[in-house]
Amino acid sequence: MITLSQLLTLSAILFALSVAGIFLNRKNVILLLMCVELLLLAANFNFIAFSRYLGDIHGQVFVFFVLTVAAAESAIGLAILVVLFRERRSINVEDMNTLRG
Amino acid sequence: MLVEILFYIFGTFLVLAALGVITSRNPVYSALSLVVCFITSAAIWLLIEAEFLAVVLVLVYVGAVMVLFLFVVMMLDINIEELRKGFTRFAWLGWLTAAAVIVEIVGVIWVRGLGIDASKSPTPTAPDYSNTLELGQVMYTKYAYPFELAAVLLLVAIVAAITLTLRRRPGLKVQDIAAQVAVNAKDRVRIVKMESEKRP
Repeated sequence: MITLSQLLTLSAILFALSVAGIFLNRKNVILLLMCVELLLLAANFNFIAFSRYLGDIHGQVFVFFVLTVAAAESAIGLAILVVLFRERRSINVEDMNTLRG
Repeated sequence: MLVEILFYIFGTFLVLAALGVITSRNPVYSALSLVVCFITSAAIWLLIEAEFLAVVLVLVYVGAVMVLFLFVVMMLDINIEELRKGFTRFAWLGWLTAAAVIVEIVGVIWVRGLGIDASKSPTPTAPDYSNTLELGQVMYTKYAYPFELAAVLLLVAIVAAITLTLRRRPGLKVQDIAAQVAVNAKDRVRIVKMESEKRP
């Protein structure tokens, strides 16, 4: 059977890869959103692993809520992206400098 | 043993697909790799007997969210070359961070230990056990209020997404059906009483 350590290691690798993805694709907003989805997936892995291995169903309820919030986040994020592209004809993060940030 | 072999197969695919997401040249390939990530994750969740969430992950993520991503990626005419410029400039920092995170977490899990016995497997569930039933029993009683809040959150997300992307273009010749139906003769025809013109 799969042990808790194996699952947590897989989740750590997934998390680290998506963090690296945020560094690599720092200009492309779509890729940034996808990397955030991967981060949330890695976090969900941990929740489900501990929920199963400690025999506590509440962790899985929390994963359900995380999925809900992530779906809402990506829907609004993509809507903002579409509006941004319509205004600027570009999704480059470096072009978003109206606020001089 | 079979479960463990399947876990390693799916885990390998998951890591490879995640690498594909972050390094692929074309955002469409990234989105498709992300679909592979979600499907293999769902398979692994099935292996550790979290059936309901595995099904929800495939239905909601692969079925809805990733379709939305693909739709947006394909709809926008993105200049990829411009975005790829300087791809390798901070790449070393990214890989360094990833390596540090992996070393730290794996060190905590395998070397220091978690305070619980992490090397054991979960107790296998009984044949007539229903993950969905147990989840539902908690979600509709103890978590009924958060569940409704989540529903409201989704509603707000729908409204926000629609209002953000709704486009009103001025100067466009379109029919306003409601105004056409609501009109009556008095608004259209104006009867003017006036003297007839005299013949010169």
